[in-house]
Amino acid sequence: MTPMSNPRSSFKMTAQRDDALASAGTSRAAVGKVSATDVSVFYGDKQALFDVSLDMPDRMVTALIGPSGCGKSTFLRCINRMNDTIPGARVDGKIILDGEDINDRKVDPVLLRARVGMVFQKPNPFPKSIFENVAYGPRIHGFADNKTELADIVESSLKRAGLWKEVADRLQAPGTSLSGGQQQRLVIARAIAVSPEVILMDEPCSALDPIATAKIEELIDDLRSQYCIVIVTHSMAQAARVSQRTAFFHMGAVVEAGATDEIFTNPRDTRTQDYITGRFG
Amino acid sequence: MNEHIVKAYEDELNTLTAECARMGGLTEAAVADALEAVVRRDQQMADSVVARDERLDALQADIERKAIRMIALRQPLANDLRRTVAAMKIANNLERVGDLGKNIAKRTIVIIDSDPMVPLTRSIERMGRLVVTRLKEVLDAYTASDLERAMSVWSRDDEVDEHYNSLFRELLTYMMGDPRTITACAHLLFVAKNLERIGDHATNIAEIIHYEITGDEAIATARPKTDALQRP
Repeated sequence: MTPMSNPRSSFKMTAQRDDALASAGTSRAAVGKVSATDVSVFYGDKQALFDVSLDMPDRMVTALIGPSGCGKSTFLRCINRMNDTIPGARVDGKIILDGEDINDRKVDPVLLRARVGMVFQKPNPFPKSIFENVAYGPRIHGFADNKTELADIVESSLKRAGLWKEVADRLQAPGTSLSGGQQQRLVIARAIAVSPEVILMDEPCSALDPIATAKIEELIDDLRSQYCIVIVTHSMAQAARVSQRTAFFHMGAVVEAGATDEIFTNPRDTRTQDYITGRFG
Repeated sequence: MNEHIVKAYEDELNTLTAECARMGGLTEAAVADALEAVVRRDQQMADSVVARDERLDALQADIERKAIRMIALRQPLANDLRRTVAAMKIANNLERVGDLGKNIAKRTIVIIDSDPMVPLTRSIERMGRLVVTRLKEVLDAYTASDLERAMSVWSRDDEVDEHYNSLFRELLTYMMGDPRTITACAHLLFVAKNLERIGDHATNIAEIIHYEITGDEAIATARPKTDALQRP
């Protein structure tokens, strides 16, 4: 199974997109908030992603599933140009965010990463207080004119992340003193604090227990009304629970993408079927 | 189709399908025997059908329990999910078919007491044979995952209805002609109605097979249906 034997099948998420948009209660035009066209990624000589085309609609959760090493995280990292930081990495193709090519020279990756926030597998709070963890982004981006405004942003971000009630009385405690699930919500609050448009999540619950996972999933469902969310997950059940759209990656290409309920009850491609039913050998 | 990575999962799925097919065989035999009991006026056969129904109820409960356990423990998806749900739904349909068969058998005792009505009995027998054949075909289609065969049962749904409608008219004629036959004819009317319902269950099962294999549930609304309540 070498990348070269890849069939390079890639489907755009166009089929039934209008239905999905309608059922999500939004009247936005049928265009992805983030739209990838023929994205290929190379790490030196090795090609990790093959002509991936995928639309990720606004106010929806798009789940990326697939076996380890299939390129889903690589693709996720393209959306906020995290691959830029890897020496020898090259990204071909186009990724459009709100009509703008994110790989354009004029785009500042730092500003892009404020618009496209990221949450990682392991919660990674800064070794600072809970307050400072959330206040850091708005402060360096100059989002607040004074301390009151900053405190407001911190409070509203923590509230939206569903963490406020648990930490309101100890904002000066270190972020690392929180439980794993709380830390993950703190990191989400930190991402929200800079008013992003897109939130990327790379296996955000894989280190959490079922209760903390449920809280994050509830939060994702809540955030969906305001953001375009793209989540990488190894849990089929989680993808089925939280997402409206699902894309199945295999050997660096998108094999199948579509409405989540379709993918999980009646996938079109046998590779998708084999993977989600546990038959991949 | 590749095998599951988890061997026990594969085994459980196969067991579920096999048990459902076994229940199908027993149900089919029960209906055929019930028909035989009515047609041959065989009380012993009728009693045996009634006695065997308990077994079908137990099998249905067992299949349902296994399917629920599978959903809880294995979280089946895609074709596995459809297979699990299909087994549960088919078992439900079969359980109803078993009850209808039992009901037919129970009426034998009254029918034995009446004077033989040969032409009527022949009509019941013809309709019953057709229904048993449909049931057999659809269950064979299930065992073989044969979509084409299931659809051929599905598309011939109206044959049974036609038989039922003509039997209905025939029974009315008898009852009007000689009121002493009313009791037996009323029972035969129920026998015919039960056979018609068994035919409907066979059609349901064909639709479930269609869903299991294709994932498309839209067929259930597309069925050509003749009006069973048309005036004689």
